[in-house]
Amino acid sequence: MVNEARVSKAAGHAIRDSRGDRVFAFAVYALVTLILMIVSYPLIYVVSASISNPLDIITGKLILFPRELSFRAYQAVFHSKDLLTGYKNTILYSVAGTAINIVLTTTGAYALSRKDMWGRTAVTFMISFTMFFGGGMIPTYIVIKNLGLLNSFWVMVLPGAISATNLLIMRNYFANSVPQEIIEAAYMDGCSNVGTLLRVVLPTSMSIVAVMVIFYLVGHWNSYFSALLYLNTRSKYTLQVFLREILIKNDYGDMGTGGESSSVEMTLLYESLKFAVIVVSTLPMMLFYPFMQRYFVKGVMMGSIKG
Amino acid sequence: MQKRLILRSARKYWDLYLILLPTVVYFIVFKYLPMVGLTMAFNDYMPNLGYFKSPYVGLGFFYRFFSSYFSLTIIFNTLTLSALNLLFTFPLPIVLALLLNEMRAKRYKKLVQTVTYAPHFLSTVVVVGMVTAFCSPSTGVVNDIIKFFGGEPIYFMAKENWFRPLYVISEVWSTMGWNSIIFLSALTGIDQQMYEAARIDGASRLQTLNRITFPSILPTVSIMLIINCGHVMSLGFEKVYLMQTDLNLNVSRVISTYVYEQGILKTETSYSTAIGLMNSVVNFILVVTVNAISRKVGEVSLW
Repeated sequence: MVNEARVSKAAGHAIRDSRGDRVFAFAVYALVTLILMIVSYPLIYVVSASISNPLDIITGKLILFPRELSFRAYQAVFHSKDLLTGYKNTILYSVAGTAINIVLTTTGAYALSRKDMWGRTAVTFMISFTMFFGGGMIPTYIVIKNLGLLNSFWVMVLPGAISATNLLIMRNYFANSVPQEIIEAAYMDGCSNVGTLLRVVLPTSMSIVAVMVIFYLVGHWNSYFSALLYLNTRSKYTLQVFLREILIKNDYGDMGTGGESSSVEMTLLYESLKFAVIVVSTLPMMLFYPFMQRYFVKGVMMGSIKG
Repeated sequence: MQKRLILRSARKYWDLYLILLPTVVYFIVFKYLPMVGLTMAFNDYMPNLGYFKSPYVGLGFFYRFFSSYFSLTIIFNTLTLSALNLLFTFPLPIVLALLLNEMRAKRYKKLVQTVTYAPHFLSTVVVVGMVTAFCSPSTGVVNDIIKFFGGEPIYFMAKENWFRPLYVISEVWSTMGWNSIIFLSALTGIDQQMYEAARIDGASRLQTLNRITFPSILPTVSIMLIINCGHVMSLGFEKVYLMQTDLNLNVSRVISTYVYEQGILKTETSYSTAIGLMNSVVNFILVVTVNAISRKVGEVSLW
């Protein structure tokens, strides 16, 4: 021990790890690796199964990586009218919905961030209260029904147009992280409040806007509840509704490439089809993921405690 | 005085009031109108008569719910699933955050983070779909493993005993990484000089973990725990509904799915509104109580 200390001192290094510390570090890496394996296994399996010969899935020969490649499942997926409809609708609702979300959340949050604006405390309270108490599923359904929104495009974008939590996160950001001096300066120069928001505040707040886009977009893409509750025409259904039919109810609808000679072959195809459907429906979010990772950590931190 | 203040604010901020208007309208229409609709819980709601002219029945629908033999089962199911879920999904992200914090290999750490955060971006439908596919008795990989070790395949989705474990396991899988972010950020906020000082004094890594790391993240852990406890009655609807089958109704029927079943599928509007209202009131009381506790204990508050 004495030697070790002397050596490290002489070399100018940090204190060397003791044996206990090395055991500790080993345990940390072993546990982390175990977690990594457990979490990644289902993800890898899904991708492998989607490009495997379905026979390998059924007979349990697929362990991790595909033994024999087959892209038949993807062919079937891209031939399905239902999935195409779902894809189209989900993109439409997600993009339009997120655009509405961002405009309303930003304008609302900015207005409420101006400290000497009369009435802002009352409105903020009105918004915060809805985070803790609400009418619930059925009364909300009745209101939407009475507004004549059922089974329309608008029902997929309006009822969730603003999230109270997101609005308050953004309000806090505008109030605390944007220097008030530049806002005052813009006002002195005769810039209108909306002009200040657009030309001065927003350009300095793009990271919070990115965080909001991520939160809202992922929410729209993955949402299942509002489509289940408010839509009843197949042509308006979202991707998630069709996914549920295929994955959970085992109802394959119009799937199949048309080249199947027997029902046995069809049943076989279904096995890899399930996984191909998961991959295809999740791919846009996963492609977006590396870009998102830069921002969402920041977002989670802003949303916590002082939300 | 007050009047002049309002006038000045109106002159300076007229355009802001204008852009705030859609937000206010949104909250009135989609959040406060439904609260008015809660009066349906005390009326026998008839669509043609409206909220206030429908015949008044007082607490009739609440009596109906509590006198039915399954009301206790539904409440029990909700609380059990919530509590079990909390028991596992709460501590594991803390463990993951602590492990990540002890890692010195930067790139490996980054890889672990990327992989463990990813399931958060899968939809509930996909996660439940994966559970269904993996647990299939004939083709699922879980049963392949059981068969490999000589066991009998288990019909997971058809067995009510497996509903809660499958719910919790898949929930842990999809939320562990994401929920660790908040704890990891608390950990990186710890002053690194404390660690250096401890090392120089000869503390082992286990000792620094015990004496520095744990106490430093305790406030974050306790407030997160308190917040989570406030939500035990507000179990999400989607996942339970998606995992529900006729075979597991005994354990999978919770308050929110029962409200959906009665209100939307059976159009028992008033009855289901009453159950929903009861649930919301309990939630509200829980959150307020829990916040009062956290304010007293940790001097941290939500508002």
